Amino acid sequence: MPLDHTEDQAMLADTVTGFMADAGGIKQQLRHFRDMDCKDGFGHALWKQFAEMGLTGMLAEEADGGLAMGHVEAGIVLKEIGRNLTPSPFLTTSVMGVTALSGGSDDLRGRWLPGVIAGDSVLAIAIDESPKHRPERIACRAEKAGNGFRLSGSKAFVVQGASADAIIVAARTSGSDSDDDGITLFAVPKDASGISHENLRLVDSAMASNITFDNVELDGDCVIGDVDGGRALLNKVLNAGRIGAAAELTGVGQGAFDITTAYLKTRKQFGKLIGEFQALQHRAAHLYSELEIATAAVIKAQQLLDGGSEKAELMVSVAKAKAARTCNLAVREGVQMHGGVGMTDEYDIGLYMKRDRSLGEFMGDQYYHAERVARLNGY
Amino acid sequence: MSDLDGFRQEIRDWLEANCPAEMREPARDEADICWGGRNFKFKNPAQKAWLEACVAKGYTVPDWPEAYGGAGMSPAQAKIWREECARIGARPPLSSFGIWMLGPALLKFGTEEQKVHYLGEIARGEIRWCQGYSEPGSGSDLVSLQTFGEEVIDPVGGDHWVVNGQKIWTSYADKADWIFCLVRTDKANTYQGISFLLFDMTTPGVTTKPIKLISGNSPFCETFFDDVKVPKHQIVGQLNRGWDVAKYLLGHEREMISGAGGGDRMNAIGAVVARNGLDDPILRAELAMFDVDALAYAAMGEKFLDEAKVGKAHPAQPNMMKYVGTELNKRRHELLMAAGGATALEWDSERTNGGTPARSWLRTKANSIEGGTSEVMLNVVAKRILELPGA
Repeated sequence: MPLDHTEDQAMLADTVTGFMADAGGIKQQLRHFRDMDCKDGFGHALWKQFAEMGLTGMLAEEADGGLAMGHVEAGIVLKEIGRNLTPSPFLTTSVMGVTALSGGSDDLRGRWLPGVIAGDSVLAIAIDESPKHRPERIACRAEKAGNGFRLSGSKAFVVQGASADAIIVAARTSGSDSDDDGITLFAVPKDASGISHENLRLVDSAMASNITFDNVELDGDCVIGDVDGGRALLNKVLNAGRIGAAAELTGVGQGAFDITTAYLKTRKQFGKLIGEFQALQHRAAHLYSELEIATAAVIKAQQLLDGGSEKAELMVSVAKAKAARTCNLAVREGVQMHGGVGMTDEYDIGLYMKRDRSLGEFMGDQYYHAERVARLNGY
Repeated sequence: MSDLDGFRQEIRDWLEANCPAEMREPARDEADICWGGRNFKFKNPAQKAWLEACVAKGYTVPDWPEAYGGAGMSPAQAKIWREECARIGARPPLSSFGIWMLGPALLKFGTEEQKVHYLGEIARGEIRWCQGYSEPGSGSDLVSLQTFGEEVIDPVGGDHWVVNGQKIWTSYADKADWIFCLVRTDKANTYQGISFLLFDMTTPGVTTKPIKLISGNSPFCETFFDDVKVPKHQIVGQLNRGWDVAKYLLGHEREMISGAGGGDRMNAIGAVVARNGLDDPILRAELAMFDVDALAYAAMGEKFLDEAKVGKAHPAQPNMMKYVGTELNKRRHELLMAAGGATALEWDSERTNGGTPARSWLRTKANSIEGGTSEVMLNVVAKRILELPGA
């Protein structure tokens, strides 16, 4: 299979590129909702439009009302979200949340997916328990209680936690904190009693929550998949989130690069366009190269994931590490090449820098994933 | 799709039956590489059998037309061929500047007669080619080259050029049978005064002198032309328009040096290093970062070839590939030297196979110079891809 979009995927990319640039642009979305101090950090009207475009359920099965597409297609949407810094719950809801629910019963999917697909519901993913991504260790516990479970513990960096209708929680139902087994995923409704949120605005204006569960009573039908056997499903959710974040990062990097090269072609100093200076040309050409490579790594990982390859896991970490490293270079070079105006809120390049920082951290930073590449390679 | 699956099975079966076990081991040294040519000595019968089996099927140049010695594979089929060879670790049956550089240029600019004649010889591994581009005063500024071909009208012996001058960094000139050579045929025009000539290295007046490099080896030569007679029909493309051919060929040379076609340039190295022990956490971290870059670059190589073969890649993209691929390869060998410690410093010991780690490391320093320096590559990307002003 060529490492390239198929005709159908290219058509989707065309449609989504236009849609996101029109409806999801920085001025009408990110700046608008940031400046009004929106408590959700995104606009629900746009989320409805995602639904009308068929994007909200793209990863859901056709029988569930979805489009049964794959990570390549989701990545097309995420790249445009990244390019426009569009605030939306797409990654946590339609990519990670739908992936998690795909492991659940008919009832569970019937309870949550219609709302997601209609653009009425938002899902958040609660995995991490500390400021750094360490999903190998899960201490948040759900004890058996009658026909259901009683959940206690806390989760950190739950993106879209403030607005989520359901929180997908990875909890420990047996064993010790660092065991592979003994993990169960739950779909916890936002109004379950005993949940408390600390909603935080992040550097990129997105909302994330630290969530505490204090003896939260859950029905047995909140369980997604097998009790104690949730690690495999959790890994699927992690892969979806990581490759999704990587795709979005390539969009952020590309967007930063595009406005920066445009600036090099308009800004004059010493009587010349600054893009004429070789010192800047070489750095721009280097950055172009890195962005091309990150993009290739991301599509390779997406194809391997969609094809069910055993090599997918390694390539997902390669892609996340590479995309994070590259996007970070793009925003740093972007601010520097803009000079003084790059430090102002008026120019968009700083917004790219903030988004990169947040996405780079999400589901494991470049160091976490480089470490993982080493381990998966056996050293 | 099922057609391609059937094709894959066919290739798999053929490789199983025809690729000797010895040819499924990584090449250890230069003698393991089959360069072909008049004077090539096969290292062992397996190397010869593998070449002959591939020649018979056109598999030395799978995507060239059958009429020119290829197998006429489509881009999708040629990708399957590469994947199946990689799956069993099959060595390339033939390594050749004819395949990588001259062949693509002849396919685009050659006459039908030239294609049938020269491409067939290349595909069968009969003629080994070298490249006459750089001159002592013309490195990065290649177009300033001075080697001159004087036109001679000769009703008896045939019209020809008499070529005088000197080339440098001519890879394997001392082992090559023929040369493709940039020769100035008009002193008044810089770009439109160069012709692309082909001639036999045994022509009277051609001499070569190997250059000893920091690696202790001499893969490059100085090549001298003293009244070398080149018949008029041995020109590729039009008179004084050789720069077009030269530039097109450079794209393929840069693709070759980038390592995009696969092989060890694409591999992660951490696991290999760790087999001999890896107790330095900082080195381990650097290896992990390198492996991320190497595996990402492998995906880029695949994507680049997929796009290039269907004409979708930007024509200047090989410059980007060469820049990244060679810088990565230099970093690879720096890390391998660091991991090898004092053993990697040994210059001629048996256990290092004659200082292979050190000599290979030094050899890689040429990667980002030969075929266009990294700095020139970045210039080209800035100008042709990014369209930055004044570049």
